[in-house]
Amino acid sequence: MAFLELDGVSKSFTVNGKTKPVLREINLSIEQGEFVAIVGFSGSGKTTLMSLMAGLILPDEGEVRLHGERVTGPSPNRGIVFQNYSLLPWLTVFENVKLAVDQVCRGWTTERKRERVLEYLKMVNLSPAAQKRPAQLSGGMRQRVSVARTLAMDPEVLLLDEPLGALDALTRATLQDEIERIWERDRKTCVLITNDLDEALLLADRIIPMTAGPGATLGPSFAVDAERPRDRRAIAKGAEFKHLRRELTEWLLTVARQQPTLPVSAPSSPQHPVVSGAAT
Amino acid sequence: MKIKATILNGLQLAGLGAFDPVVRLLSGENPSAQLPKIGQFILMPIGGFALFLAVWTIAASSIQTRYGSIPNPKAVWVAGSQLLAAHQKTTADRQQFYVDRDKQAKEYVEKAATLRTAAADPKNAALKDRLDEAAVKNDGLAASTMKRKYAGSPSYLDQIRTSLLTVFTGFVLASAIAIPVGILCGLSPVFMACVNPFIQIFKPVSPLAWLPIVMIVVGALYTTDPSEAWFEKSFISSAITVALCSLWPTLTNTALGVASIDKDYINVARVLQLSPSSRVFKIILPASLPLMFTGLRISLGVGWMVLIAAEMLAQNPGLGKFVWDMFQNGSSETLAQIMVAVFTIGGIGFLLDRIMIVCQRMVSFDSAVSA
Ligand SMILES: Nc1ncnc2c1ncn2[C@@H]1O[C@H](COP(=O)(O)OP(=O)(O)OP(=O)(O)O)[C@@H](O)[C@H]1O
Ligand SMILES: [Mg+2]
Repeated sequence: MAFLELDGVSKSFTVNGKTKPVLREINLSIEQGEFVAIVGFSGSGKTTLMSLMAGLILPDEGEVRLHGERVTGPSPNRGIVFQNYSLLPWLTVFENVKLAVDQVCRGWTTERKRERVLEYLKMVNLSPAAQKRPAQLSGGMRQRVSVARTLAMDPEVLLLDEPLGALDALTRATLQDEIERIWERDRKTCVLITNDLDEALLLADRIIPMTAGPGATLGPSFAVDAERPRDRRAIAKGAEFKHLRRELTEWLLTVARQQPTLPVSAPSSPQHPVVSGAAT
Repeated sequence: MKIKATILNGLQLAGLGAFDPVVRLLSGENPSAQLPKIGQFILMPIGGFALFLAVWTIAASSIQTRYGSIPNPKAVWVAGSQLLAAHQKTTADRQQFYVDRDKQAKEYVEKAATLRTAAADPKNAALKDRLDEAAVKNDGLAASTMKRKYAGSPSYLDQIRTSLLTVFTGFVLASAIAIPVGILCGLSPVFMACVNPFIQIFKPVSPLAWLPIVMIVVGALYTTDPSEAWFEKSFISSAITVALCSLWPTLTNTALGVASIDKDYINVARVLQLSPSSRVFKIILPASLPLMFTGLRISLGVGWMVLIAAEMLAQNPGLGKFVWDMFQNGSSETLAQIMVAVFTIGGIGFLLDRIMIVCQRMVSFDSAVSA
């Protein structure tokens, strides 16, 4: 039994009486402490997949399981960093994080809670901005507040929905290093959604491409065996990364676009085919 | 520099951004950038006002009414000063009245005391009963004197004070009803469906239609002895009418604010598993506060408009009654005094709106000013 499992999950949305399939036959199992990246086209249903794992929406078919228990709703043990930050604009940075701490650390003294908030703000290098409001922050800073809020809940699973999508390349690199550092520290199970293959290659143990919608599903897993921390230059130039990137791109551009008759990962076999393992 | 930034921020917050260039100019910023703005935002309005006064002066002399010609700006100004002078006189009169009254009452009390001492004296044993009787009579006189109230007509500023108090009471009453109901409407579509017909039907009702009903109901329910009551009946009727007419904008805006709350905020609340009460108080209320304040601002404006009509009809002392009285006793000053009232009503309405704008800016979390 894997730690986090999606078993034959399908989801469609009905808008104006028209039912539109978004995800179908999603099978995925993630081990404890694993870092999985999901890459896919915009609008293919990645956020929908995240919401399903978080329990914010429920699947039409199939089920999501954590520790073998069916997920029936959201909970702080599946911390999600929303694509659009979702900070509460009327609260300061400190209060935003405190809202999460108050909820998770019941029975703690005020002082201890305060320390925990400050600890997580420090972790994302935001201590000086603690008393600012989200509107006064840059996009990257907001993103880090959002990460701090989620980490402060001490979730078992960390769901990151394109956390760096809106950032420039330099800030992105800094935050990628931060995510890497934080993950190395706690080794939490982590699902990262991204549209940047290099980001996935840098951070993930396993990369899973997603087909284009409607009715998107997951492709085969591509394992990334390189040692950590990985070197950006190696990712840009290294032969094994180049190979992996080419395979992924190839898959996304050919197989993923063949709609709707695409090879669906067989619901019966939980083991995904591992196409390539890049060795360092 | 810090002071300048604070002043500029304050002006912005109070919606007085027009004076921004003046502050910048005084602090030595480039005049060529500020002068055109001063021209546009300060000189132009002043020019417009001057033009208005000129047209008024010319028009005034050419229109004859049964109270004489229409007063020109100067006559209105004079009427205003007279009202202020009358206020000072009334205030002095009133003070004198209460000083006299208290003095008189004190005399009665002292007399009663002397009579009692006399009655206690064994030498006056024969007269004891009559002395006691007289003492009790003096007690009664003291008490009834203390109950006497100044009966002179209220001055113009007293009328303004009553009006403000009435509109404030009505506004608070309206908010106390509209905000909770609005929140419930926003939270529950079922509740909204139940309440919506009432909102749609009662919202357009004129204050003139509400007032008679309110007066009759208040008359039936509010039976406290007038000499002991805290509020006059007319005051309560006016306040309730103001509330009835002004609660709708707050109600609908609050409902809209709560119902249209960003789904992302709700998702945050769900992931954190906030309890229903902290969901309302920590997420839903703060998120809908800006729209709620938009509603409150409209409500206060409506309330102030309704108030004048309500006061006229209910004969509640206030600006409305003032206008009505002036109209009734038609003298040569009638028109000028009514015009003073018009400017007062406009000015106060403007000030109330400014205050609400400041409140609104303070709760709106999107602007950096609020920090
Ligand atoms: N609540 C909803 N109601 C109706 N349709 C929805 C809803 N949520 C998502 N969709 C539809 O599902 C599809 C996938 O949306 P989703 O947000 O999951 O895409 P995404 O992969 O996250 O895109 P992006 O990379 O741009 O974030 C879209 O076509 C969208 O219109
Ligand atoms: Mg998305």
